[in-house]
Amino acid sequence: MSLPCGIFAQNYAQDMGALRTKTQWLVLLVFLVFLAACPLFFSDRVLTIMTIIGITIVSVQGLNILTGYCGQISIGHAGFMAVGAYTSAILTAKLGVPFWVALPCAALAAGVVGLIFGLPSLKIKGFYLIMATIAAQFIIVWLIIQLRGITGGPDGLSVPRPEIGSFVFKSKTSYFYLVMIIACLATFLAQNIVRTRAGRAFVAIRDNDLAAEVMGINLFAYKLLAFFIGCVYAGVAGSLLVHYFAFACLDQFPFMNSVWYLGMLIVGGMGSIPGAIFGAVSLKLLDELVTIVGPVLSAVVAAQAAASLALISRGVVIMLFLIFEPRGLAHRWDMIKGYYRLWPFSH
Amino acid sequence: MTFFLQLVITGFALGMVYALIAIGFVIILKCSEAFNIAQGHFVMIGGYLGYTFLVTFKLPIWASLVGAIVVAIIIGLLIERLALRPLVGQPVLAVVMMTIALSTVLDGVVTLVWGGEYKTYHGVLPTINLQLGELSIPSETTIAMIVSVVAVAALMLLFRYTKMGLAMRATADDEQVVQSVGIRVTSVYALSWVIAVVLGVVGGILLGGVSGVKTEMAQIGIKAFAVVLLGGVNSIGGAIVAGIILGVLENIAAGYLDPLLPGGGLANVFPFIVMIVVLIFRPYGLFGLERIERI
Repeated sequence: MSLPCGIFAQNYAQDMGALRTKTQWLVLLVFLVFLAACPLFFSDRVLTIMTIIGITIVSVQGLNILTGYCGQISIGHAGFMAVGAYTSAILTAKLGVPFWVALPCAALAAGVVGLIFGLPSLKIKGFYLIMATIAAQFIIVWLIIQLRGITGGPDGLSVPRPEIGSFVFKSKTSYFYLVMIIACLATFLAQNIVRTRAGRAFVAIRDNDLAAEVMGINLFAYKLLAFFIGCVYAGVAGSLLVHYFAFACLDQFPFMNSVWYLGMLIVGGMGSIPGAIFGAVSLKLLDELVTIVGPVLSAVVAAQAAASLALISRGVVIMLFLIFEPRGLAHRWDMIKGYYRLWPFSH
Repeated sequence: MTFFLQLVITGFALGMVYALIAIGFVIILKCSEAFNIAQGHFVMIGGYLGYTFLVTFKLPIWASLVGAIVVAIIIGLLIERLALRPLVGQPVLAVVMMTIALSTVLDGVVTLVWGGEYKTYHGVLPTINLQLGELSIPSETTIAMIVSVVAVAALMLLFRYTKMGLAMRATADDEQVVQSVGIRVTSVYALSWVIAVVLGVVGGILLGGVSGVKTEMAQIGIKAFAVVLLGGVNSIGGAIVAGIILGVLENIAAGYLDPLLPGGGLANVFPFIVMIVVLIFRPYGLFGLERIERI
């Protein structure tokens, strides 16, 4: 990471600092104030999009820790979200537990299921682990259908909106604030998790698992920990999602979503906290663009053009990033900052 | 007993479809170490190409096959050149995501060109219905079986007796050494993709003639990975055996257990359960080389 001229780290704590300059603090503050002021000047439709993006960011941050930092590729993230979502839905709708208790329970349930499906990661890696996590996605969805007595199966389940005392998070604005606070907390936590002992162990495992083990890192424990943390994030995101729609159904967690979460990581940049945010925001905005352009194309070209545009645009964006910028938008962003700081010199 | 045998036979049909997809997957993996998630989509595209040539253009069968094979070769070359070659030497995740993105694009193209609808061209292709006593053997079984066996035989001959086959096997082993003796690795990769696409497309045409084409055909592709893992990722013969085993087991399990389960649908998830079990207990499959790094 390049720093502005004249900023040097004099001790380890400074070197690890996430925010190093006054400008960075200022930019962060302005951004947070902007987020808080959003409901004042944006319509409900924009707020809905931002809320969904916030939920996606929580989920992608989890996947980022698991895949971006620990290198354990998971294409079953939507399945783990479904575990959290249904745990929270059943607790609040059927047992009358308040949302604030159901949310941690959902996180924990998703984390435990993640641990179970993380077990094969001790023996296998790369493509084989991808297959195991794909299997997890389908098995989880099938189990939810099997348990239709409590989950509602294909019919879905109505879920109440969260409430504090007598205040119910019913309006778009209130839920927007709830999601944004949780998304900011999740990002803050992720940034700090990857700077701890565990985070450094994750990076070591990703870069060379044999070397990591020789250095005394317990692969078993840390891989499972990565699965647990990643799936806890997924559980929180899943719970937020169903409470937002006030309805839980399996269509919210299709297999392709698992793929898109990974795609967001690739577009944003693996192993980078801002990368996860860039990825989630840019791919979701691409979707919005498609929903605007799609109907126009459908009217001009053919009726099915909108559906195919949605598929082709996402596929092509991920392909282009894999070929031309495999390190994602986060890397591009760092380079732009570097140019800005060094201009007009090249080094 | 008849119920059981009928389950076995329909399972056989499914297994041969699995095998057809798995063989294409194994060919690419053998030569270029690339995991191709989009193999099921090649089969789907084959089905739609068959519909276009046979029904829309009203071409005779041989001309349709030739036309589809030409299109398949072009698709294979394009995919290898544009999508996969820039990723040589990149990590597994990049290649897997590339083929997933590719499968999405193929889905989109199919939706755009054919509307993603269910199409049939029943009766255009010859069907082979066999009757054994009370049991009827569906045409899919026979056709998929013939294609798979012919494909495997041809591939075995290719790998054993031709210079290109030798080059492909050598590339699978060590691409740097192969380059140093003057073999063009890029043409070996291109050839492996062309073979896989042609195989998928031909299989797709023949299957489409029996059961029609729909976009769900591509979904079988994901389930076929259980076959690949069970057979061992680098064994072509293993793909057929594992395909049959898995198809039959899946059908029997679904036939007997589905009535007992409230939600049913065991067939959709059975391959994935097998997948997890194989991955935990025998990651190199039944016939694969024991080369998976254990940690």
